[in-house]
Amino acid sequence: MAKRIRAENSRGKRKIQVKRVWIPLTLFFAFGLANAIDAGKVFDDPEMQARYENIVSEVRCLVCQNQTIKDSNAFLADDLRREIRRLMAEGKTDAEVYDFLVTRYGDFVLYRPRMSGKTMVLWIAPFFLIAVGAIIVVKVVRGRMTISIDDDTDSDQVAS
Amino acid sequence: MSRFLAPLIMVAVMIPVFVIGLNRDPSEIPSPLLMKPAPQFELPRLKDPSRTVGSADYEGRFALVNVWATWCVACRQEHDFLLKLARETDIPIYGLNWRDRRDDAIVWLQRLGDPYVASAYDEDGRVGIDWGVYGAPETFLISPDGIILYKHFRPLTEEVWQREFEPRILAARGKSK
Repeated sequence: MAKRIRAENSRGKRKIQVKRVWIPLTLFFAFGLANAIDAGKVFDDPEMQARYENIVSEVRCLVCQNQTIKDSNAFLADDLRREIRRLMAEGKTDAEVYDFLVTRYGDFVLYRPRMSGKTMVLWIAPFFLIAVGAIIVVKVVRGRMTISIDDDTDSDQVAS
Repeated sequence: MSRFLAPLIMVAVMIPVFVIGLNRDPSEIPSPLLMKPAPQFELPRLKDPSRTVGSADYEGRFALVNVWATWCVACRQEHDFLLKLARETDIPIYGLNWRDRRDDAIVWLQRLGDPYVASAYDEDGRVGIDWGVYGAPETFLISPDGIILYKHFRPLTEEVWQREFEPRILAARGKSK
């Protein structure tokens, strides 16, 4: 498609071609919408529904690692959503649902891993790295300040 | 000199980090079930739905639990090795036919050979979830006291068997004697 657009030189023709691009593009995105998962409500109770939507957007689909199970239509995501619905219908709390998943799949299943010995480094590393960066910045800036002061003393000497 | 030292040290630290990081397989997720009691299960048999198969069948002995499906290309890859294992070792292999169509799975075993003592038919993946299964194939090594000694993700090969499974079996056998 893109090649064709580039091939056209006259302005008028180009416009028509661009319009033609929009049709498949629109269809493409509309298809995505049509395939949205759990589009309908799962629970009648709005509070339960809100909890459910929150949980599925916090759980990683392990086959397609950068998707939540809310966004994925993989077998596993489907199964996990069903299990979450079942647990919630049984009256389990959010924490109990997360526990169920973590004991089977490990911390990685949660997008926001819990604080534990194993995940501690994930939580601490950013602060540590910022601190290291800050120290480096301070050192570099200080180094430059000394240079400029040296320049001043030079000019002072000239003046005196 | 010290102006070059700092970046040099940083590079020296980063290189091993990247070398290790890039050589790791991000799709391999450590299972929290390792060295813990294997989940109990009981499911209809693949070939004979009127009978069940489950963890009770291999209680008190070593067993392999192999997660497979006909839609799983890598399962086809390891199938010949599973057949060989079934022939040459005394460790029973139990299949967990995961999220599959029964007819397809039966045909697959008829055509390629059946390495399994029995396959459990986990149509909706409930048992798979209990076992932390997130892909196929996966192979679990279960000790006689029902502990998951090892879990292998991806096709089982002779090399993996010798490197990861055999030493663990030998070690566990030595301990129990």
